Amino acid sequence: MLHINCPFCGLRAQKEFAYGGDATVKRPEINREVSKEEWDNFVYMRKSPRGKHIELWHHISGCRQWFKVQRDTATHEIFKTAKMSEEIV
Amino acid sequence: MRQSHRLNNIGLINRDKVITFNFNGKSYQGYEGDTLASALLANGVHLVGRSFKYHRPRGFIGAGVDEPNAKLQVTINGHSEPNINATEIELVEGLSATSQNCWPSVEFDIGAINNFLKRFFPAGFYYKTFMWPKSFWYKVYEPFIRKAAGLGVASLEKDKERYEHKFEYCDLLVTGSGPSGLASAYAAAKNGAKVILAEDKPRYGGTLLTDDVSIDNMSGKDWSEKIISELKTMPNVTLKNRSQVFGYYDHNMMVMFERVGDHLSNKSKYTPRQRLWYIRAKETILSTGSIERPIVFGNNDTPGVVLSSAAKEYMKVYGVLVGRKPIIFTNNDSAYETAFEFKKNNVEPIILDTREEHDSEVVQEAKNKGIQIKFSYGVIVANGYKKVKSAKIGKLTKDKKSFESTETINCDCICVSGFWTPTVHLASQSGNKLKFDEKIDAFIPDKSKQNEKTIGAANGSFTLQETIESGFKTGSELSSKITDKNNENKIPTVTETKFSVHDKFWCMPLPKNENPKRFVDFQNDVAVSDIEIALREGYRSIEHVKRYTTLGMATDQGRTSNLNGLQMVSNIENKIVPEVGHTTFRPPFTPITIGTIVGREVGMEFMPTRKTPMHEWHEKNNAVFVDAGAWKRPRYYKQGNETLLEASKREAKNVRENVGICDVTTLGKIDIKGPDAAEFLNRVYTNAWLKLPVGKARYGVMLREDGMIMDDGTTTRISENHYHMTTTTAQAANVLSHLEYYLQIVWPELNVNVVSTTEQWAGAAIAGPKSRDMLSKLFPDLDVSNEALPFMGYIESNLFGVPARIFRISFSGELAYEVNVESNYGLFMWEKMMEIGQEFNNQPYGTEALSTLRIEMGHVAGPELDGRTIPQDVSLDGLVSKKKDFIGKNSLDKEAFTLENRQKIVGLVPTDRKSSIPEGSHLVENEKAKLPNPKLGHVSSSCWSVENNNPFSLAIVNDGKNMIGKKLFAVSPLKNTSIEVEIISSHYVDPEGKRVRS
Repeated sequence: MLHINCPFCGLRAQKEFAYGGDATVKRPEINREVSKEEWDNFVYMRKSPRGKHIELWHHISGCRQWFKVQRDTATHEIFKTAKMSEEIV
Repeated sequence: MRQSHRLNNIGLINRDKVITFNFNGKSYQGYEGDTLASALLANGVHLVGRSFKYHRPRGFIGAGVDEPNAKLQVTINGHSEPNINATEIELVEGLSATSQNCWPSVEFDIGAINNFLKRFFPAGFYYKTFMWPKSFWYKVYEPFIRKAAGLGVASLEKDKERYEHKFEYCDLLVTGSGPSGLASAYAAAKNGAKVILAEDKPRYGGTLLTDDVSIDNMSGKDWSEKIISELKTMPNVTLKNRSQVFGYYDHNMMVMFERVGDHLSNKSKYTPRQRLWYIRAKETILSTGSIERPIVFGNNDTPGVVLSSAAKEYMKVYGVLVGRKPIIFTNNDSAYETAFEFKKNNVEPIILDTREEHDSEVVQEAKNKGIQIKFSYGVIVANGYKKVKSAKIGKLTKDKKSFESTETINCDCICVSGFWTPTVHLASQSGNKLKFDEKIDAFIPDKSKQNEKTIGAANGSFTLQETIESGFKTGSELSSKITDKNNENKIPTVTETKFSVHDKFWCMPLPKNENPKRFVDFQNDVAVSDIEIALREGYRSIEHVKRYTTLGMATDQGRTSNLNGLQMVSNIENKIVPEVGHTTFRPPFTPITIGTIVGREVGMEFMPTRKTPMHEWHEKNNAVFVDAGAWKRPRYYKQGNETLLEASKREAKNVRENVGICDVTTLGKIDIKGPDAAEFLNRVYTNAWLKLPVGKARYGVMLREDGMIMDDGTTTRISENHYHMTTTTAQAANVLSHLEYYLQIVWPELNVNVVSTTEQWAGAAIAGPKSRDMLSKLFPDLDVSNEALPFMGYIESNLFGVPARIFRISFSGELAYEVNVESNYGLFMWEKMMEIGQEFNNQPYGTEALSTLRIEMGHVAGPELDGRTIPQDVSLDGLVSKKKDFIGKNSLDKEAFTLENRQKIVGLVPTDRKSSIPEGSHLVENEKAKLPNPKLGHVSSSCWSVENNNPFSLAIVNDGKNMIGKKLFAVSPLKNTSIEVEIISSHYVDPEGKRVRS
């Protein structure tokens, strides 16, 4: 079980959180003409990297905030967590 | 009864407390502090089971977790459990055990015929034999394998015992209380760290209890007791015996299995039997020690062949002799101590040492003690079927591949030692890639991947001096990192025997023309010949050899067999062991009970139960409940001997004719506030929301980005910047997460807040032609006319002084309202409605009638919104705005979604107007067509239409609207039904929707 540092609540057990997928995916802006290809990429295409990955987690049994986690998908090591307004570089 | 093999004056058992137990129908006695194994051995019982494949007689090999054979069916307090390790379970009064895998008895087992047919049972036997004909699998092979290959029998009784889970955090977890574990826990505790010390056995001390050493002029046992008693006084230390850390997971999470009540003869009702600990440790010390491995020789599975360390432990801890005429068969010095212990107890051992004429401290001591040693000797084959009677021994040639001479000597036990294998399972589980240590012929941990440090014998250091020093050093270092304290430790003075180099020898050759089985893995009956076959047949990877032969599988995880198996493969393949590699270690290290994994989450505690404020009333009024997620909802209110169908028909009919009330508290409710709330809803729902006036509700559908419907419901504008959203009961949590996702991540610029208010409001629907009359009596001061409160209108009022929200919305398709009051007043509201509704023939209705009402109206719900339908599929085209953008809109023009013959919702009636159509039935053109019969659609919801008094269903059918008027068959292979159905419109009742607006 992972130990995740919620930027709002601190270190908590994984069972308090829900996974939310790749955090680097940006939804095309609302009310903008979007090509089929761009839309399909947004909806369906995801990378499955081995190694560092910035992903979304949702503290569903806590503060209910979505935030970013930089995690190694192979070792589960967590390098950083950040609020949505913050960048992980 | 006499305990024939019990020694006087030695052992740590409590001789004042005699315990009577039963084994295979016979009564025996042992002492408090015995394990089942030590008590049986004290009574001279070696034969305890039959082997997995050949049903060969088997006895004890080890004295702890290493034991591969002695798995028994054990009954305590009427609770029976299979595969209990006799070397680990403590003796309690009334314990009863039986052998497994034998019939009719362990002494005479019919299955032993396999032993004589063994040339027909080679490695891969199952794969080769049971492959064909295919039709034989279910009826012939599987039952045969199940019967023949099983070990114990799982109890069919409900487990009455109590199990617990515990979550713990600490600075340092120390796994194992041997010398290195004690030293490190002590040093860390002195630095003020919060320490948990776990020991799987009842007694702390590990090898200190059995090794001939002295620490600060104390025996190992006395020193360990001194350290433990000091640790016990320290508030920052938790000592846990009978506790096995069996799994090492991510982020330094360890899982530990504690046997809390198994050893108590009269434990209280509330004492758990076992407890599962989730321990998050900042640092972990793995002081798990090592396990002795056997040397492989002919018939080395005969009862009476034991590990030399186990023989010593049985003497020193339990005061039990495993035999009176022992052979010590070794390739190293450590087994000599077992010989000394025998000698001390007036038993004359003979030592066979595979090394050539050898000199060392222990060899000198043995010679001084007058113990006979035969160098370059080994046991070729053990004679005796159910117990060792003699051994054929041989003098090895220089190359150790054949014999200079052989002879047979009498013996009643063979204590074998093939050197020591560090217990690296937890280190490996933590992600540590192991490395091979040539010096000890075994794998030891390499670089740590987590906050883990392996010390002592588990790290391949086999001298006490080194072990204790590294214990103090590591415990002190790791803890001072956390506590910033650095207490000076005085390292104790250690006196121990210096062991000399061991012989890299692990398997006895066989003389020509002799072919007894030489077992590598006892628990799975894997012999040397099986590994040879696997390699001959082309299995090269050690993981493949493992699976083909089953070497190292099963509950003992190859603790005694892995390295011998690797050596075998490396020898035949002419590779060095590190090239062969090792198989993966996985949790659990030892078997744990299902009960412990489940903990308290059984029965009513399996998941939380959510009850509405009206639950008590429902219960009193014969409601039959149905689970809706965690909620309990009344399915119907039973009157007399009514069936479900009769009751739901009565309730639904009453709504259509009079009025009914339904508890709708469970609907998800989300409060939405903020200046951008309208814009937000406009993006979330497919229809337009910007112009919804205050005091009006609107039905909406929300999509996922892939265009599929996520949920539907009504949302009401309470005030300018305040909305009240309802969701389906099932999707409430998902919808909230969905909204939060868009507000926090995608459109953070929108000034909107959302919060769940599901539990804050109690809701009741009032539905039926008389609902307005009833409402006017509930709110006598309120104008509830069609003009004042039209369809989709909203008014706030008070119900006899209680603030209430009144929504004119309808799921039943009738004139209907929904009233919400604060949860605490839910029951009050309900009772008032029941009281006032009397004159209108009001009846409560449950979810079954609710479904009936919505199905015959063609209103969609969960079964239609199953994540595979877009709005156009379920006749919600009108709700999809063409003008504005919304979540999922860009997906709706996908080719598959716009196909002419795309699936659509339709209604179905059976052509006989009588047969109910099972939900989930497939719709096919020809019920008798050859499989696979092309499927044209499926039945999503079924009911008995009270309006038309015949069955009616909703279905999703390819090219649905053009199919209307056609006939198909609804087939359900599960229910074994095939019903001819006619396709009609999904709106079976009031298609124009006049009633809701009346």
